[in-house]
Amino acid sequence: MNILLKNTLWIAITVLGAGAVTGIALNRGEPINALWFITAALCVYAIGYRFYAAWIEATVLMVDETRATPAERLENGSDFIPTNKWIVFGHHFAAIAGPGPLVGPTLAAQFGYLPGTLWILFGAVLGGCVQDMVTLFLSTRRDAKSLGQMARDELGALGGTAALIATFAIMIILIAVLGLVVVNAMKHSPWATFTVSATIPIAMIVGIYMRYVRVGQVLEASALGVILLLLAVAGGRVIDESVTLRVLFDHEGLTLAWWVMAYGFAAAILPVWLLLAPRDYLSTYMKLGTITLLAVAIILLQPDVKMPAITQFVDGTGPIFGGKLFPFVFITIACGAISGFHALIASGTTPKLLTNERDIRMIGYGGMLLESFVAVMAMIAATVLEPGVFFAINSSAGVVGKEAVDAVAKISSWGYPVTVEQMQLLAQQMGEATLFARTGGAPSLAVGMASIFGSAFGQSMLALWYHFAIMFEAIFILTTLDAGTRVGRFMLQDILGNKWAVMGQTSWLPSVIFTSAVVVSLWGYFLYIGVIDPNGGVNILWPLFGIANQMLAAIALCVATGILVKSAKGKFAFITGVPLLWLIIITSTASWQKLTSDDSRIGFLAAANDLSSKLAAGLLPPDKAAIAPKLIFNFQLDAVITLFFVSLLWLIVFDMVRVCVRYLMGKPVPALAESPHSPSRLVEDWVRD
Amino acid sequence: MLNTIKIFWQAIRQLSGDDAYERYLIHYAQHHATNGEPLSKKAFFKQWQDEKWRGVKRCC
Repeated sequence: MNILLKNTLWIAITVLGAGAVTGIALNRGEPINALWFITAALCVYAIGYRFYAAWIEATVLMVDETRATPAERLENGSDFIPTNKWIVFGHHFAAIAGPGPLVGPTLAAQFGYLPGTLWILFGAVLGGCVQDMVTLFLSTRRDAKSLGQMARDELGALGGTAALIATFAIMIILIAVLGLVVVNAMKHSPWATFTVSATIPIAMIVGIYMRYVRVGQVLEASALGVILLLLAVAGGRVIDESVTLRVLFDHEGLTLAWWVMAYGFAAAILPVWLLLAPRDYLSTYMKLGTITLLAVAIILLQPDVKMPAITQFVDGTGPIFGGKLFPFVFITIACGAISGFHALIASGTTPKLLTNERDIRMIGYGGMLLESFVAVMAMIAATVLEPGVFFAINSSAGVVGKEAVDAVAKISSWGYPVTVEQMQLLAQQMGEATLFARTGGAPSLAVGMASIFGSAFGQSMLALWYHFAIMFEAIFILTTLDAGTRVGRFMLQDILGNKWAVMGQTSWLPSVIFTSAVVVSLWGYFLYIGVIDPNGGVNILWPLFGIANQMLAAIALCVATGILVKSAKGKFAFITGVPLLWLIIITSTASWQKLTSDDSRIGFLAAANDLSSKLAAGLLPPDKAAIAPKLIFNFQLDAVITLFFVSLLWLIVFDMVRVCVRYLMGKPVPALAESPHSPSRLVEDWVRD
Repeated sequence: MLNTIKIFWQAIRQLSGDDAYERYLIHYAQHHATNGEPLSKKAFFKQWQDEKWRGVKRCC
């Protein structure tokens, strides 16, 4: 292609992108077509990838395609394997994309579609993608070391310890909130409960099949599993319609929470091949398949977005979670824009497969772009619903009232009309008893997806689509829960192993049982409180998760910024320094408000005090009075955790600044831990397999 | 067309790990042929699965 044509093409993309972004930003009062979102996203991504990422790659990182990567130098046939870049991309994307980018945008849609969408697009292009790409590069240059190891080597022991603690803490909060999302999706829904429960034996069948029946035939076993899963979705209807069977699967949230905990404990102890590995295969196929299907359906159907661009809830009075637009939209949407968790995959895991440094942009930056696109689709699925319906599903009984009549009256009074009949019809279409107060984001996403799929591929199967969407979300939430509990167990065993060597043996059963029980009780506690909380629990746990995830991102960006300064590239340190500064601002502001706000829907301590005074004055009905002391303690605990997170964040930032200042003053700092250059032998004659 | 399908199928096999043992045998023949017999498919698969699940492998 000649240069003129190329330039014209990029100018066209820029104009189209700018037009689409302006269109969704300035549109008021009229429905806007979802295709505008897709267009805006694709153009912004294309420009970010072609120009910003390419500039970072060439000028800042100076990737060297003649340099051998760890996969080549340390190839061992098991974990260090030079791999085709598309395969690495697939592995990397499957690892980073979880339920986070689906839940966050759904909750943040309470502010309207605009704030969340802009943050997803620009946060990703300028922040999240850069973090992932730079971390991938740094780890590739350091023998595929993990983020914690890099923090220790480059900044000092403090950074390393902080990364370890942050990883453990975020895991606990993440599992609790995801557990809560699943529990809320299954509560009093025999169909959903049956389908989700059925995923466990199905995973085991697949595990046994590929271990004993047809050893290593992964695809064959997975195909069997996918068929069984689809049968389980359809079978749920039979359970739901049978009077005798439905009671077996019709449970209170609390009962389901105990089951989820028991499951998490079992999953952490059972061998990997029996449950975790096969479940992961199934969830990966479901995830990739459903996301593709959703993209196709949105493009085919071109639904209208009915949510206004901005709602009145930007003032902090939102029914889904309390808090103003700034900083809470940036905390709520973590994964689709910037997610610290990705730094754990981009360091340690993915570099072991990377054949050549020139693929870093595509895998690190490109992988995150795709994740951001998933978040845009989740935002579309949430905002194509009538706003009244969206708020009726996502507002807890504690906010809008237990009775359907009260709830619709309250929601309609906000200016989002909805009727009891409308909600009943919708619930009936979806095969559920009720859709009121189904908080957590999963049910509303499922309704949104079902209506998109239903319109694109046939209305008659709405209930099937709804439960398919619930199963799709539940299966990889449970995978995260399994994997997270197991990682938490390993980390705990590692820490305890330093003091008592025997505890560190990952196969010593008493240690396995003890550490698994500790990890499960830690997240189980938060799950329990979330379930008994009349305000739904998600409003507390999700911001806490957001703060933790952004803190981990800040650690990754600190490591990156510190290394850039130490490599005499200080003038380019803004590429990670500016996103870091932004994260420090939003995380600190959010934490500050969570600690000091007088509004009991935002401040943890205000909520604790409010509840204590109501309890003391005897204003609470007996059932609420009984749980009040637990909730009060939990609010105080959440305040302590928030304070801990934000202190840890500042500690790391100061440590990074200290190292940078020392370097700039010419004082000794920890040496750059980059491994020496060794020429690649794969460049000349490497045949892509 | 047939070629495209073939490449696609190979990519899926590699992504899922369906061909992990075949690739291991090739690697073994190239690098460790002098160290005796390679692992059996069953032993390799067990090791491969355990390896795959050590550390943080899934995100939020």
